[in-house]
Amino acid sequence: MQPRFRALFAVILSAFLLASCEKKSESASDSAEIVIGQVASLTGDTATFGVSADEGVRLALDEINQNGVLGGRKIKLVTEDDRSLGDEAKTAVDKLVSKDHVVAIIGEIASSRSIAMAPVCEDAKIPMLSPGSTNPKVTQGFQYVFRNCFIDPFQGEAMARFALEDLKLKKFAFLYPINSDYGVGLRQYVNDYLTKAGGEVVASESYTEKTDSDFKAQLTKIKAANPDAIFVTGYYTEAGLIARQAKQLGITCPLIGGDGWDSEQTLKIGGDAVNGCFFSNHYSPDEKRPEVQAFVEGYKKKYQGKVPDAMAILGYDAMKIMADAIHRAGSTDGDKIRDALATTRDFPGASGITTIDEQHNAKKAIVIVEIKNGEFTYRTKIEPK
Amino acid sequence: MQEFVQQLINGLSVGSIYALIAVGYTMVYGVLQLINFAHGDVFMVGAILTLVLARAFGWIGIESWWAFGACAALSVIACGIVGFVIERFAYRPLRDKPRINSLIAAIGISLLLEYGGQHPKVFGPTPQPFPTAMLPGIGANLPVISGLIISRVDALVLIVTLVLMATLTYIVLKTKTGLALRAVSFRFDTAALMGINIDRIISFTFILGSCLAAIAGILYAVKYPKVEPLMGLLPGVKAFVAAVFGGIGNIAGAVLGGIILGLVEVLVVGYLPNGSQYRDGIAFVILIVILLVKPSGLLGKHVVEKV
Repeated sequence: MQPRFRALFAVILSAFLLASCEKKSESASDSAEIVIGQVASLTGDTATFGVSADEGVRLALDEINQNGVLGGRKIKLVTEDDRSLGDEAKTAVDKLVSKDHVVAIIGEIASSRSIAMAPVCEDAKIPMLSPGSTNPKVTQGFQYVFRNCFIDPFQGEAMARFALEDLKLKKFAFLYPINSDYGVGLRQYVNDYLTKAGGEVVASESYTEKTDSDFKAQLTKIKAANPDAIFVTGYYTEAGLIARQAKQLGITCPLIGGDGWDSEQTLKIGGDAVNGCFFSNHYSPDEKRPEVQAFVEGYKKKYQGKVPDAMAILGYDAMKIMADAIHRAGSTDGDKIRDALATTRDFPGASGITTIDEQHNAKKAIVIVEIKNGEFTYRTKIEPK
Repeated sequence: MQEFVQQLINGLSVGSIYALIAVGYTMVYGVLQLINFAHGDVFMVGAILTLVLARAFGWIGIESWWAFGACAALSVIACGIVGFVIERFAYRPLRDKPRINSLIAAIGISLLLEYGGQHPKVFGPTPQPFPTAMLPGIGANLPVISGLIISRVDALVLIVTLVLMATLTYIVLKTKTGLALRAVSFRFDTAALMGINIDRIISFTFILGSCLAAIAGILYAVKYPKVEPLMGLLPGVKAFVAAVFGGIGNIAGAVLGGIILGLVEVLVVGYLPNGSQYRDGIAFVILIVILLVKPSGLLGKHVVEKV
């Protein structure tokens, strides 16, 4: 290397070093923004989950940043899109941790993707709060992973209890996605409660999520078993098509789903066929509680009259709970935020009073939604025991 | 027994969709020996464009077969143009190059349409409902005979598939263009020496193939009313398999291959425990076995390469 170039090289190198030093000192200062990462499926198959959660998070952020946390520090949100893919969700966490130096992470909605993210957060000692993943495995065995919603054993029990006690049905069939942690788990929990409480399971069929669009072979088999209701424990992407094809095959019994059905797409794709179906959910916009109504109003104002779905309210609450934890921790240190999250008690969330238990799950009531005349309507509420 | 016959009907319904897509696939291959991987994506463009047009005209809520037909027809024509453009700018410059280059170009076009379509300003990645409400009565069934249920969509798909198969066979075997087409498929340069404008014939093939893909896409969306930019991926692969299975390049073979593939899939789901997990696996195993026994496919001709 010629001396001239060597000098130039040295100048450039030192400029880089200086720049990186500056950056570091900035993020360490007390008045700087607190960076929180979010992983959401803004695009892809289950895009309404990510978009809704993100909108909820941003609404909460507006409110939080009016006063800031830790003495007026603003929270800056970095959202990464995972295109509804598990691998991408994991990569997004890597990027948020190593490049954006986030102090905590909010996400994901789909359980399979939260399960992919959890070990990365655990290794990096960055607290992760999933707004709406209901599969128990999401938090099991992790110190730094939390969720802001009920878990599937309770959801399965609620769905089964509703079918047995409220609808007074006896014979049931399942149609579930074999390649989804959420769908397989939820089927299992519904099944466990049903068999314990004296319900009869006459058929159980599966399909492949994301790739299958024809379910008539499974539905023909189910029809021959003549059930009183069919539990469809998948996401909204297939629920509408399944309902349509069931109707075409002359199946008249109701379909019962879980919170994965919560998207306006269920109504749009399902059309007439989803009328008379039920699903369990985290909230219903019809609910008259003042916290719910205040949230619905604020959301509609920010997003041009759009009615928020459950993922939106969970995103909203997750951001608020995270800000509260940072406030109580009095620091942006990962371990301190973790300890604060773990001791969240009776937080007044819009989706319900939230207490995080020893397993890092939130205990909240379940709402059963009935689809009537092409609309989601509040049917009943099931409290945790 | 009744359940079994119903499953056969279900299989026919799945299979006729594969057959419909496979017909276009096999025709382009027959002429160019090019596996047009973008076929499944033109299929998607046909479906999405119909929705976009219906929306642009404000016809979504209107119950009219004519309004839907108009959108569908415009979309099919537009896809013909898309097919022409793809061939003109992606495949024609590579025609004299090794075939692998065209194959890679085809994959490139396919990815461009899939991921371009996912851009929020183009269409966006979120599945959107297809306006089947424009077609009153399409969701209903044909009169039920001894408990067997056949939906109108399925009947429509099967009829369209058979009509298109007959029309194509006629074009290829009985018309002058068809003669030119067969000549081009035999050998480009000799066909050119015989006074055939091969550029025009190949453009024609692509336009026709793309129109067929669009028709298939629209019918698929009527049957499964959910459209998104990746919707052509799997049906495209299945149709390709069906075309190979039936003997690639053979139009009747593509239809037969599609229907058999559909029947096998449905019977696997219907009669094996946990069958839906093995649906694709077993279908492909059968494909491999048949190709081992008859490498040129069910109706394919065994061509001897003369040296």
